[in-house]
Amino acid sequence: MNLYAILPEIILTVGALILMMVAAFGGRRVTALTSWAAVALLVGASFALIGDPQTAGPLFGGLIVADGFGAFGKLVAFLSSAVAIVAALGWFERDFEHGAEYPVLILLAAVGMAVMVSATSLMTLYVGLELNSLASYVLASYRRTDDRSAEAGLKYFVLGALASGILLYGISLLYGFTGTTGFSGIAAAFARDETPSIGLLFGLVFTLAGLAFKISAVPFHMWTPDVYEGAPTPVTTFFASAPKVAAVLLATRVCLDAMEPAMLAWRQIVIFAALASIFLGAIAAYGQTNIKRLLAYSSINNVGFALVGLAAGGVNGASSVLFYMTIYVVMTVGAFLCVLRMRDQDGEPVETLESLSGLSQTRPGLAAAMAIFMFSLAGVPPLFGFWPKLLVFWAAVDAGLVALAVAGIVGAVIGAYYYLKIVKIMYFDAPAAPYARVREPAETALIFLFAVIVSPLGYLLIGPLGSLTDRAAGSLF
Amino acid sequence: MDLPILTVLIAIPLVAGALCLFVSDNAARWIALVATLVGLALGIWLWAGFDPAGPQWQFTELVRFGGGITPAWALGIDGIALMLIMLTQFLMPICIGASWRAIEKRVPEYMAVFLLMQALMVGVFCAQDLLLFYIFFEGGLIPMFLIIGIWGGAERIKAAYKFFLYTFFGSVLMLIAMIYMVVEAGTTSIPVLMATDFPFDAQKWLWLAFFASFAVKLPMWPVHTWLPDAHVQAPTAGSVILAGILLKLGGYGFIRFSLPMFPEASNFFIPFVFVLSGVAVVYTSLVALAQRDMKKLIAYSSVAHMAFVTFGLFAFNRQGIEGAMMVMLAHGLVSGALFLCVGVIYDRLHTREIARYGGLADNMPGYALLFMVFTMAAVGLPGTANFVGEFLSLVGTYQASSWAAIAGTTGIILGAAYMLYLYWRICFGKLVHADAAAMPDLSMREWWLLGPIAAAVFWMGIYPESFLKPMRADIGRLIERIERAAPPGDAQLTAGTPVAETHPEAAH
Repeated sequence: MNLYAILPEIILTVGALILMMVAAFGGRRVTALTSWAAVALLVGASFALIGDPQTAGPLFGGLIVADGFGAFGKLVAFLSSAVAIVAALGWFERDFEHGAEYPVLILLAAVGMAVMVSATSLMTLYVGLELNSLASYVLASYRRTDDRSAEAGLKYFVLGALASGILLYGISLLYGFTGTTGFSGIAAAFARDETPSIGLLFGLVFTLAGLAFKISAVPFHMWTPDVYEGAPTPVTTFFASAPKVAAVLLATRVCLDAMEPAMLAWRQIVIFAALASIFLGAIAAYGQTNIKRLLAYSSINNVGFALVGLAAGGVNGASSVLFYMTIYVVMTVGAFLCVLRMRDQDGEPVETLESLSGLSQTRPGLAAAMAIFMFSLAGVPPLFGFWPKLLVFWAAVDAGLVALAVAGIVGAVIGAYYYLKIVKIMYFDAPAAPYARVREPAETALIFLFAVIVSPLGYLLIGPLGSLTDRAAGSLF
Repeated sequence: MDLPILTVLIAIPLVAGALCLFVSDNAARWIALVATLVGLALGIWLWAGFDPAGPQWQFTELVRFGGGITPAWALGIDGIALMLIMLTQFLMPICIGASWRAIEKRVPEYMAVFLLMQALMVGVFCAQDLLLFYIFFEGGLIPMFLIIGIWGGAERIKAAYKFFLYTFFGSVLMLIAMIYMVVEAGTTSIPVLMATDFPFDAQKWLWLAFFASFAVKLPMWPVHTWLPDAHVQAPTAGSVILAGILLKLGGYGFIRFSLPMFPEASNFFIPFVFVLSGVAVVYTSLVALAQRDMKKLIAYSSVAHMAFVTFGLFAFNRQGIEGAMMVMLAHGLVSGALFLCVGVIYDRLHTREIARYGGLADNMPGYALLFMVFTMAAVGLPGTANFVGEFLSLVGTYQASSWAAIAGTTGIILGAAYMLYLYWRICFGKLVHADAAAMPDLSMREWWLLGPIAAAVFWMGIYPESFLKPMRADIGRLIERIERAAPPGDAQLTAGTPVAETHPEAAH
């Protein structure tokens, strides 16, 4: 048994347990310590991803696999989790007595994500998903004295439990009709018949429905706006990034590995979910007045585009999904970091769109960063957000799904409207009361870094990042 | 010569624009002016170094970003692109000058956005990579959106949205077509794609997708409705850029993509294009005749003039295509100048309503003179730039379709009507309004803005060879490429048999 292959998970688990004790005995005083320690652990775990053992192949009798795809997913998930911890630092200094446990929960969620992206068995898939979800439920209601946060946690938990039930039902059907929980065995069972049996199809549909909930794809997206709005903003930042990447990658592996032979069966489901997410995400965002709700719809919209790449399938499709999710994380986390800066003079968070009015005159730097993220999310070149969108449509056209690409791109234009609306509010409207200035150099540096990545300079990344995603996607096949 | 001059041309405004953000209002103005003048000087140097008899693509540069199919930093120009780059570089310092006093709020940002615009426009004309082209092409939307939205008039927000969403929607369909082409042909190089033959069925769809983008940009009737709004709301310099350069992207797109890449489909859609152009020329001219707002009138006249471009391009012959190019260049100068003329009196009286003026020839003789020059140029008076273009374009159109030529000629008559009517209402008659009568004549700065354009208009009208020469070989290559799909035309001109020359003294 090669324990080096699961070194990142071991680092995070042990670290999380130690930090939990530190937090339990240290209380509020150790918030900064546990936070930076957790960041160090995540970065260390990312470094542990380098090396041969990480591509060692199936481990533990095929329960998980160490391959490039999983390693890439872990890298993105770990780094974005670390950013979510840094983003919370300033927040906890002001608001909470229990800041110290926050990084521990993130670490546990990160372990869950690591299991998710490398799972090759329905059992590990479920365990990883639940480990991540349980930590997330607690995180959503982290500000427990706030009604909205408590409501968000409860809503997330109830709906999440329902989705887990649906997923488990699908898993039981798949197991019942194939006699195995391993992805390779399921793939063999799907490949056996020209058309899969009804039982297998039901298993496939229920499994995908459960996963659609986790990635908040339409029609299982209802929880997203409420949870994103209610949860504390650093937690929302986290929800919109790492777990989403992990879930999308998990869905990709399930579709392209376990269910590869039944492509025609799942492709229609994925296409429907993709288009429904793109259009609903774009249209429902119109009337929103809360920036976090709006970004929630934006994340639904973006998952739709990633699913376009998944529907295309093949190495190109999988690679485009990886690329898309990576840049999506950069853009979305960047936008949320800007939202974290929206505080009135008393330091209370402000979430209305009107409060952004005339930001370009009161805070030109912040407004410019936000505008870059918005134009980038809208997919307008020359910003780098254009490139991942191009890649998923490219994969779709390459796979012969031209109509899907056309429909998706029409959705992109509709979605552009509300991103433009934010730019309009910041640049065209008369200034509102300015936000309080805060000194958080780590966050400022992150905003700057992300803005540079999605600026036209990002095109320099195409070569290195593209070859990484290509290799990672190649390891699936 | 190893200086990557095209990259420098793109980089200068970018660097200067970034610099503008960190300095005071006045410093930003001067930086922008110097940067655009340096750009103009480099442009002239580029023109001087361009060899009309040389290879098709000159000043080429190529840097790859990664393996596989990725956008490459591939730049290069032919004569057609050269002329449009010159137009951009020529109009830019004038735009900065026009904004010198007119823009008072957020000057550094304004100059930065303008310079960004210039970089992107030059990039569009230089790009030799399909994806790079698209990135520059679409990128232009962001600065223009901000220019209209921040520094525009009362209805600026609606106009900015309309501008952005219309053009964005047109372009994304083109993006799908581009992806399809790259997947089929396996390359993103524009010169290679220009020589690639796509099957006819695919060509039709691709042509339509590109048409959606270019027709909105040009703009053609009936997708022109964003233009009057954008023009009316944009600040003067924004209108100049919009009319002078942005609209040319549509025509450039047709000549660079639609015609050489899909010749058969272009032939197939000739009736469609001619009908749209014919309607545009007559309908928008009539609409222009009824306008009370000066900028709106000129905006509608732009739509009418652009129809000559589409007529000429889809005539599939040398006269037509050369004429279309000349119309684009001339229109860029003349409509830009007309918007500046509007800006001159708008800055004084702050209204665009035609009825508020009248009799300006009395108190602003210099202005009336220059305005007259540009009015006559817009009408297409021989000796001015527009005449050359419109005449060539109609000659070409006549060979392809007499009916189209008839519609086009009607447009010229109507053009004379609405332009002269405009001039009459503004400059002649009695000075009714006291405030209009009190307006001072052109300042030195305004002379400097309008004078060079007037000189260029005459140069282009009297000696068009300077401008046609660099483009001749490239248009020849284009004709060669599309000849196989050229329509027979309804005016079959057969050369008569020359009468045998009889020289009585030769018998001896």
